[in-house]
Amino acid sequence: MMVGLRTLFEKEVLRFAKVSVQTVAAPVLTAVLYLIVFAYALEGRAQAYPGVAYSAFLVPGLVMMSVLQNAFANSSSSLVQSKITGNIVFVLLPPISYLQFFCAYVLAAVVRGVLVGAGVLVATAWFVELRLAAPLWAVAFALVGAGLLGALGVLAGIISDKIDQLAAFQNFVIVPASFLSGVFYSIHSLPPLWLRLSHANPFFYMIDGFRYGFFGVSDFAPGASFAVVGASFIAVSLATLLLLKSGYKLRH
Amino acid sequence: MSLEVDQGEFFGLLGPNGAGKTTLINVIAGLARADAGTARVMGADVLADYRRARRMLGVVPQELVFDPFFSVRETLRLQSGYYGIRGNDGWIDEVMQHLDLTAKADVNMRALSGGMKRRVLVAQALVHKPPVIILDEPTAGVDVELRQGLWQFVRRLNRDGHTIVLTTHYLEEAEQHCNRIAMLKSGRIVALDSTRNLLGRLPGLELRLRLDRGELPEDFPARLVSRDGTRFVLKLDDCRRLEAALARLREAGLEVLEIELQPPDLEDVFMRLTGRGT
Repeated sequence: MMVGLRTLFEKEVLRFAKVSVQTVAAPVLTAVLYLIVFAYALEGRAQAYPGVAYSAFLVPGLVMMSVLQNAFANSSSSLVQSKITGNIVFVLLPPISYLQFFCAYVLAAVVRGVLVGAGVLVATAWFVELRLAAPLWAVAFALVGAGLLGALGVLAGIISDKIDQLAAFQNFVIVPASFLSGVFYSIHSLPPLWLRLSHANPFFYMIDGFRYGFFGVSDFAPGASFAVVGASFIAVSLATLLLLKSGYKLRH
Repeated sequence: MSLEVDQGEFFGLLGPNGAGKTTLINVIAGLARADAGTARVMGADVLADYRRARRMLGVVPQELVFDPFFSVRETLRLQSGYYGIRGNDGWIDEVMQHLDLTAKADVNMRALSGGMKRRVLVAQALVHKPPVIILDEPTAGVDVELRQGLWQFVRRLNRDGHTIVLTTHYLEEAEQHCNRIAMLKSGRIVALDSTRNLLGRLPGLELRLRLDRGELPEDFPARLVSRDGTRFVLKLDDCRRLEAALARLREAGLEVLEIELQPPDLEDVFMRLTGRGT
């Protein structure tokens, strides 16, 4: 029974590994460019936490943003492409349960997200000095955050029939939510209205909690952030599983 | 519709476009949900016992779909894994050999011709050795050589005990291979019988003649269908009227230069039952 899940997971990992320049190297380069541009423009002019250089503050945010965006991109684009080309039928015909289907896509998304995140961390470690105050928190937020975005990617992949529908979801939901989550600034520097809005953004809790793992300092208590991220993961997973069980847009 | 295919049968599913053949297959394969009713594969309900039902079933889809990320061998290994089978290379090699795919084993799917991609689809349906195989238009767009090879392989599978369900637009293929046929129209079965009985439903033979002159004698015991100069296409009610027809020609002093006699084929039956012919 587990062989089906394992095979689908391996297929999903192989799929992005075969085009790793596009799926891993390119996002790492993008994150490094963000670091160079923002650190050059703002170093010395902005300080989020006392005693932490702006470029050092920026790195965990960029790492986590890359983890989240790539986890989403993996499951969503794989599903939409399979639906468009019709080869989704190879996965729908075998005796793979909807739960196995979900787990395989989400786990592969986590692998890609974490791989890209690790790549960004390694590449940016040359430029800044980082400490790891609470590494387990960083790992926990990276894994659950990637899982949440992987699940959201499955959801978006099921709902979208075309690449442009998925691109709209990515450009108007995922990218703004990740950019406005405190990757580039501490939300405590924001005016009250934007501060309240940031608290409604689940991406904020993922970035903030992940950053806590590095500096031991955060805008929000890590335990509470983790509860928000965990609850979001469970809610999105349940919604996605319900859609998969119903066969919505997959089994007509 | 109510339809049962016996184990070991070579069963044909015929009907015009939109008759519901692919929908029926999709319901059996779990790709579509029926509004009402049940479908079972070897006794396993396709919804309640979907794991067993799907393990029993191999489907060759109509569309030429493939995953461009993988080679032929990778595709077949992955497909085996989806059915819970690891270390399946022995059977994969055998299937590839029968479908003449061995030389293409490590070639990416994108680089294959349409015919080769069709063979891989057949191979994918067989990786888990299913007792029931559904072929949805398997020879559409396939060259003659491959078609022959494919049918040899499918017939061998049938001889080995696999149940084959076939949909095809090439009626001569259904006539040649299927023991039993269901004809569908607008989601309903308009005929369900053995191929022999279906062919027997249309009495009469087609008689094609070329005579030395362009007139048939009066009271000729065959119905004129068409005429082109001295060439006549006629319909005989049965074989026994042939002798009377030839005798009538002799009496009238007409000489037969060419003669051809054809029994009705499945296409005639198909056209008649689906309301497309006269």
